[in-house]
Amino acid sequence: MTTSAAGTPVIEFRDVELTYPGPPAVRALRPCDLRIDSGEFITVVGPSGSGKSTLLNIAGLLDTPTRGRYLLNGIDTGALSGSRLAALRGEHIGFVFQAFHLLPHRSALENVELAMLYQPVPRGQRRPRATAVLDRVGLGHRATALPTQMSGGERQRVAVARALVGEPSLLLCDEPTGNLDSDTAASLLALLDTLHRDGMTIVVITHDAQVAEHGQRTVTIRDGVLSEAAPRRRTEAA
Amino acid sequence: MTKSRLAVGRSRLAVGRSRLAVRDLVSEAVAGILQRPARSVLTALGTVLGVGAFISVLGLTGTAASQIDARFNLLTATEVDVTDVGPRTAAAPGVAFPADADARITRLNGALAAGVYWDVRLGPEEAVRAAPAGAADRVDSGAQVVAASPGIWSATDARFVQGRAFDSFHEDRRQAVAVIGEGTARRLGITTLRTHPAVFIGGTAFTVIGILEDVERKPELLLSVTVPRSVAERTWGAPADEGARMLVATRLGAAGQLAREAAVALRPEHPEYFKVTPPPDPRSLRGAVGDDLNQLFLLLAGVCLVVGAVGIANTTLVAVMERTGEIGLRRALGARGIHITLQFLAESAALGLVGGLVGTSIGTVAVVSVSAVRRWTPVIDPTHLALAPALGLAAGLLAGLYPAWRASRIPPVEALRR
Repeated sequence: MTTSAAGTPVIEFRDVELTYPGPPAVRALRPCDLRIDSGEFITVVGPSGSGKSTLLNIAGLLDTPTRGRYLLNGIDTGALSGSRLAALRGEHIGFVFQAFHLLPHRSALENVELAMLYQPVPRGQRRPRATAVLDRVGLGHRATALPTQMSGGERQRVAVARALVGEPSLLLCDEPTGNLDSDTAASLLALLDTLHRDGMTIVVITHDAQVAEHGQRTVTIRDGVLSEAAPRRRTEAA
Repeated sequence: MTKSRLAVGRSRLAVGRSRLAVRDLVSEAVAGILQRPARSVLTALGTVLGVGAFISVLGLTGTAASQIDARFNLLTATEVDVTDVGPRTAAAPGVAFPADADARITRLNGALAAGVYWDVRLGPEEAVRAAPAGAADRVDSGAQVVAASPGIWSATDARFVQGRAFDSFHEDRRQAVAVIGEGTARRLGITTLRTHPAVFIGGTAFTVIGILEDVERKPELLLSVTVPRSVAERTWGAPADEGARMLVATRLGAAGQLAREAAVALRPEHPEYFKVTPPPDPRSLRGAVGDDLNQLFLLLAGVCLVVGAVGIANTTLVAVMERTGEIGLRRALGARGIHITLQFLAESAALGLVGGLVGTSIGTVAVVSVSAVRRWTPVIDPTHLALAPALGLAAGLLAGLYPAWRASRIPPVEALRR
């Protein structure tokens, strides 16, 4: 797995703002600065419609800010074309979605392999890498199962494996426990803790207070305004 | 775990582009099709029908045209038919053909033989018998009596089992002689000509001088009793309703020229008394078949193909809507818009190609089956077989253009939200 050196910024928002033109125009994210260093585990909390997903979309290069600069691993993303943003997204960022977004007709292994389709990974290396990552998330024995044959927790682990297989420097999780029961959610959070200990930079969006406590620090967002609580050291970075 | 990506990121300001290998694109397209087999089959059905119809139409018209070519043989190409359409008035009740009509026509360049003939209409009491009326003997009620000039035997290339044809002597002297077909002879009980048998038509006896074995033209003569035209005119008068006709055998290629000259040669003062029918031009015959059938059925095949393409377009568009989440996921995994376009385009093109291949096979089987039932030789142009799957591919590509373009235009955020 590839991560940035501890203490160096992975995400840097400089006066970043996003306004949807409308009408009526909606200021989804008000001008804000945010820095997330390599190896950090950050949780973003806030009520529905507060701008959490907007923040995640910008950080994940799925959306572009209407103002300000966003640097990912020091690269000014505002200067990049759509195709280079796609490449940067594929190489540097792993996504875990609340709805899993697994392809229903493909096995767990094939779903994980899909993450390497658009990357310069030789075909011969894809299967061994996908198998290794599935082993790592504890699903090596379910490699050939279809998502429809798996439990919610297993599906989310497949999604995590898919996010990790490309060796990203940043893991963005949008409500990863939103569709899971409490035991399965705890198991997934334990997995994220393990990844964090291994040096992965993780950003989790949630409105679950228990999930939020897993982060080293929590960023709160309300009506598009970002505010940061005091950092805590519940989880030790590796 | 490798060293800091930050260092890599900062030093490498030029970010690369995500890629999609052709092999991966094909794999994804095939997977996309195979994962929804029922839908794929239904989607490809339109193209199957269109391309199948295309091959069937071209194959069947080609096969039919070749059959017409085969039937349009040398005999029909060297035959001219002249019909008497002269006035039937009390002043001119006779036959428009002059007595020396055969000679007039055979003098023309390219003519081999010519003979005038007409069907004699017998009265209700008149029948062809082997003995005088009243005697208990065999009757051939089905036998037709034909009046003919001597030239008819050369023109029809007649062959005889026994005896001979009547000639100008019999014609000029109005000899009551007859030539009968082998079948008619059997029905009348005539087995030999040594006894100079006679047939009785009404009350008139005709000495049978020849029994026909076969003719190359006008096979109805084999079932008839043929008498000299002069005798027929004397006995039954001129033909009443249907006029007399003349059969002209020509050299190959001379029929057209001879047809233009025949009427004037027969009656220079009244060429309008004759209607001359030359053999149809084989090229125009084939062209007519091609024009009539091809245009209609190719139009239908085209409609089928368009319907098929619209079917693919519609299904692909629906698939794009259904797979919006997948599109969002692929974009999140690094796919560019062009990758999404190519994937959907590859799927629709593959469906079109598969539809084209299946349609070509079905069309070929249809042509071969019809030919087998009709005992024809199937004729399919190999270029059509090569072209048809390409047609399916093109239909699939065209049909996929708009949905694929739309798929690529869906913003990743929007796609992931669905």
